[in-house]
Amino acid sequence: MPNVTYISHTGETTTIDVPVGTTVMENAIKNGIDGIVAECGGAMMCATCHVYVDPAFLDRLDPIGDEQEEMLGATAAERKPNSRLSCQIHMKPQLAGLIVRMPERQT
Amino acid sequence: MQPGVVIVGGGQAGLEAAAALRTLGYDGTVTLICEEAHAPYQRPPLSKDFLTGKQEADGVFLRALAYYEKHRIDLILGDRVTEINRGGRLVHLAGGGTVAYEQLILAVGSRNRSLPVPGAKHALYLRSLDEAVTLRQRLAEARHGVVVIGGGFIGLEVAAAARGAGKPVTVVEAAPRLMARAVSPPLSDFFLDVHRGQGAEVLLNTAVAEVRPDCVTLTGGRRIDADLVVAGIGVVPNVELAREAGLDVSDGITVDEFLRTSDPDIFAIGDCSHHPRARLESVQNAVDQAKCVARAVMGNPAPYRDVPWFWTDQYEIRFQMAGLSGGHEQSVLRGSIENRKFSVFYFKQGRLLAVDSVNRFGDHIAARKMLAAGTALTPEQASDETVDLKKLAATQSVG
Repeated sequence: MPNVTYISHTGETTTIDVPVGTTVMENAIKNGIDGIVAECGGAMMCATCHVYVDPAFLDRLDPIGDEQEEMLGATAAERKPNSRLSCQIHMKPQLAGLIVRMPERQT
Repeated sequence: MQPGVVIVGGGQAGLEAAAALRTLGYDGTVTLICEEAHAPYQRPPLSKDFLTGKQEADGVFLRALAYYEKHRIDLILGDRVTEINRGGRLVHLAGGGTVAYEQLILAVGSRNRSLPVPGAKHALYLRSLDEAVTLRQRLAEARHGVVVIGGGFIGLEVAAAARGAGKPVTVVEAAPRLMARAVSPPLSDFFLDVHRGQGAEVLLNTAVAEVRPDCVTLTGGRRIDADLVVAGIGVVPNVELAREAGLDVSDGITVDEFLRTSDPDIFAIGDCSHHPRARLESVQNAVDQAKCVARAVMGNPAPYRDVPWFWTDQYEIRFQMAGLSGGHEQSVLRGSIENRKFSVFYFKQGRLLAVDSVNRFGDHIAARKMLAAGTALTPEQASDETVDLKKLAATQSVG
């Protein structure tokens, strides 16, 4: 099973196995990883599961949809080119070893 | 142990209040008392992706159990507060225990309104995870037909899930239009077309006389075969605990703009809380009131002023609401109802009150920003698609 490494804004690193098809957000919640909040539960109504994707993986992600684009305009921390909502990152084999960094704040 | 904050109710409001206290650095004890045997979970998916089978039960929990331990949130599951002893500053539990508090947060939610007709016990309701598990099972087994009593958000989401699963569906609504309490007539008409277009029978101005194990009878005498009857006719806020403790209650537990009840050490948030502006039943209200109450507990109160928002998914339609449209004097359309991509903007005395959006995500986000910032928007601008709302919203500083 592919894994994902989550790095908190203070540098705390957690690597977990993430089943293909599930999202980076839901695996963070299930594994009690702080720094990803997901107030709306992945319905794309909030921007509290914001992460910075390691640049090495950017071209393997699906394109940012219109809705995610709008929501990324409402993040609490700075939006950067590698900003994504982790509820929209669905695990696939090409993303094995994915590294995401959590912003300092989600709200 | 020094008494700290006790939160009564393990819905999203209660959980988010506990989480917000820890985020703000609250150092005292935090106790979260949940009546259900489950740790706090999300309710929105129960009538959406969980019901349609796209999401499983293990995906609805708001936090992992490890979270509560790590953040020193004492989770009491499967127990209920039976009495608030304000003089002694403690709550009594049905299981026999007591928990002392310095400050108490009531996040006791609401409960489903019961169907006031004979045979109501044959109808299912949907609010809790356990009810959702039962409903999903019964929906899978339904052969002859599904009758949904109540054409509000929950009823229509259930109807959409049932139609999506290929079941014959009849929606019975007592009012002259759908979702009448929350949306304006053009939106009610739109959703009537959507549901009828998907093959659901929708009966308006129609009352149920009786529910039987294999059918529903209407007051006009018609009998509708059904092996599954679901009632979604609204909720009633749980005010009893507060009332028995002598707190002011009306439609909800009365709170001031800082979410304080008539006892300065007791707050009320979420569905049960009647704020001067309104009593709201939504994720937004639960989450934002939780953050607001955490600030008040920390001695840094700010009035609750967040923009209300809400969403519902029915078939391929995403409907989003920002603001509260009640009392509007004027409404204008942006986009095309025919193409199922439009928003309705509501104004009162030239000021934007609310925006309802159908498959217009950008409008919804812009509306939330403009309502928060108090951006001036004219009805002419709202209906003119050449006006870039996103840009207009962005030129305003928020907060």
